[in-house]
Amino acid sequence: MNVLLEASKLTRRFGGVVALDQLDLTVVENEILGLIGPNGSGKTTFFNVVTGIYRADGGTVTFGGADVTGASPQAMCRAGVSRTFQRSRLSLPLSIFDNIMIGNHKRLTQGLWFNLMRRGALRQEFEVSYRAARKLVEMFEPAMADRMFEPVAGLPMIDRRRIEIFRALVNRPRLLLLDEPSAGMTHEETRELMDDILQVRELTRNLTIVIVEHEMGVIERVTDRCVVLNFGRKIAEGPYRQVAADRQVQEAYLGVV
Amino acid sequence: MSGSEAPGGTWQKPRASLAPGAAALVFATIYLIALLAAERQSIIIGLLGLAIVVVLGANWLGWLVPVSRSFADREDALAALAVVGAVAIAAFFRDNHFSLLLVVTVLLYTVATLGLNVQFGYAGVLNFAGASFFGIGAYTSAVLNAHTAVPHILVLLIGGMLAALVGSLLLLPVLRTRGHYAAVVTIAFALLFKTFLEVNDVLGGPQGMPVKGMTILGWPFNDNVIIGRLDLSFYINYFAVSLVLLVGSFILVRRLERSWIGLNLDALRLDETAAACFGLDIARWKITAFLFGNFLIGIAGALYGMVGGFVAPNNYTFADSLILVSILLLGGIGNPWGVVIATIVVVVLPEKLQTIQEYRFLLYAVMVIAVLLFRPQGLLPRPVRRYFPRWRP
Repeated sequence: MNVLLEASKLTRRFGGVVALDQLDLTVVENEILGLIGPNGSGKTTFFNVVTGIYRADGGTVTFGGADVTGASPQAMCRAGVSRTFQRSRLSLPLSIFDNIMIGNHKRLTQGLWFNLMRRGALRQEFEVSYRAARKLVEMFEPAMADRMFEPVAGLPMIDRRRIEIFRALVNRPRLLLLDEPSAGMTHEETRELMDDILQVRELTRNLTIVIVEHEMGVIERVTDRCVVLNFGRKIAEGPYRQVAADRQVQEAYLGVV
Repeated sequence: MSGSEAPGGTWQKPRASLAPGAAALVFATIYLIALLAAERQSIIIGLLGLAIVVVLGANWLGWLVPVSRSFADREDALAALAVVGAVAIAAFFRDNHFSLLLVVTVLLYTVATLGLNVQFGYAGVLNFAGASFFGIGAYTSAVLNAHTAVPHILVLLIGGMLAALVGSLLLLPVLRTRGHYAAVVTIAFALLFKTFLEVNDVLGGPQGMPVKGMTILGWPFNDNVIIGRLDLSFYINYFAVSLVLLVGSFILVRRLERSWIGLNLDALRLDETAAACFGLDIARWKITAFLFGNFLIGIAGALYGMVGGFVAPNNYTFADSLILVSILLLGGIGNPWGVVIATIVVVVLPEKLQTIQEYRFLLYAVMVIAVLLFRPQGLLPRPVRRYFPRWRP
C-alpha cells in the first residue's frame, strides 16, 4: 500500500473560523476515498488547500513522496492532481472541445511563435488532441462525441458534470478530486454519473479518486474507504458501513448529543 | 439558423456557398461609396435610414443567416473580397482628400480596436487608456521623424513597441487587481498621460507638435501621386500602408484567437481559478494579451500621427479611449468582423452627419446603451471558436 497523498497537521483558518484543524489524512494509491461530513466541516477547503487555491496556515502536504505544501495550483496540476468543482466551473460560452482542452493545457504547445506562425504544426497538434478528446468522450457518452463544437451553455447539468470530469481526466492525473459530483442532479442522473466514475476507475490504471459527496448512497456504492470530517477534524475513518455506524459520526450528522 | 437546428449543426454540413457573403460585401461597398460621396444632409439621412431598414428587413426575411454562414465557412475568400472592396472605395475617391482621410481613419481605428479586442474581448483586461497608447505611437512618430533618420517603417514598429513597453508599467497594478479595479488603473493612466504631455515642453506642451510625413525608400507620402493623367490624393499612400497594416493585424488577431493561446485567454477570462487549476499561468497570458494589444494600438497610432501631420494632448484624452471601447461594445466583443463594422459606424457617422457632430458623444452613448439593452453581445456576436475553419471532424 503506497501512500499517494498525505496531509499532516494541516490547518487553515478564515478569520476566527478554523476550517481545517490539524487534519491528518492519508490517501492510498488506487483507492476511491470518500470524504464526508456535515456542511462546513472542511471538505472543500481540504480540496482547495491541496490544489493550491488556498494557502495552508500550518501543517504539510506531501504528494507522491514530495513536499508540496504551498505549491501553486499550476504546480499541483503538473504534479498530477486534477479536480472538479462543487459549483460547476466550466467556461459556458466555449465548446465542449475547448473545455476539455483546458484540462489538456500542459500537453499543448504554448509558444507565441508556434501558435501564430506555425499553423501546419498547430493543425497536427489540434487533430491529435481532437482524436484523443473524442476517444475519451466516446467511452462514456457516444452521443456527445458528435457535438464537440457546440457551446457547453446549452447542455443539461449531467452533461456539464461529465465534461468537467473529462476535462480533469484528459490531464491524465494520478489523483482525481471530485467535489460533490451529484450536486444539482436527479437521483437517476446521479446513478448514471456514478456508473461513469466506476467505469473511469476500471479503464484507467493508476488513478486514485477522492470524492466529496452528500449522497450516502453514492458513497456506499463507489468508495473503498471513508474519512469523516467535522469542524475541520477527522472524526472517523474506515469502510462506509463501519463509519456510518460510528456514534460520533451519527452525532455530527444528526446533531444528537 | 432555423429553430430545429443545433447551434453546432453547421459543422456536419458541406461548405456554405460564397455567394451570399460576396453579395453582402458588394452591397456594402456600393453603399459606403454612396454614403461617402453624398454631400446633402437630406440624402445622407436618407441613406442612413435606408441602411437601418435594409438590415432590419434582411434580418426579418432571414437573409442574414446565409450571409453569416458563408462568412463562417469562406472567411479567407470573403476577407480578400473585402480588401478589394476597400481598394474600390479608395479608387473611387482617389482625388478626394477628405473621404480618403476618413477611410484611412477607419482602417487605423480598426487596427487599434483589434488590439483592445485582444485585451478585453479575449483576456478580459479592460483598457480605458487605448487613446493614450495610440498617442504614444503618434508621439513616437513625431519625435523620431523630427530628430532621427530611423526608417519610417521601423518607426511604426518602435511606436508599437513603446506602447507595449509603457503599457508594461501598468502590468503590475493590472495583474494585482481584478475586473473594475484594473480598469480604474488604466483610467488613472489615461489622465496622467494627458497631463504629462501638457507639461512636457520637449513634446510641445499643450500645443503639441508637427509630425513629418512618411517616406518609404525615398517615396514621399505627402506628395500627391501623379501617374500619367491620373492625379491621386497623397492620402492614397497612407491608405495603402493602412490597409496592409489592417490586413496583417486582422490575420494575427484571427490566428491568436484560433490557437491554444486564444483558448487560454478565454479560459482565464471566464474563470481564473479553474484555469489555474489546469496549469494556466494567469499572469503570463494576461501580459501577453495586454502587450500584444498595446503593440497593435501603438503601431496604428504611429501611422495615424504621420497621417494627421500633427499631435497634441487633446487628441488622446480619456474621451477618445471611451470611443475605442464603445466601438468594441458596439461591434461584438471578441469578433474582429464586428470591430470592422462598428468602426465604420462610429467614425463615419458623425463626420457625415454634420448636424450631430457636436453631439457625437451623446450619439455614442445612445448607441452603446441601445446595444447593451437590445443586443448585449454586440452587432455581431462572437461565434464558437473554429481552430481551422475548413477542417471537418
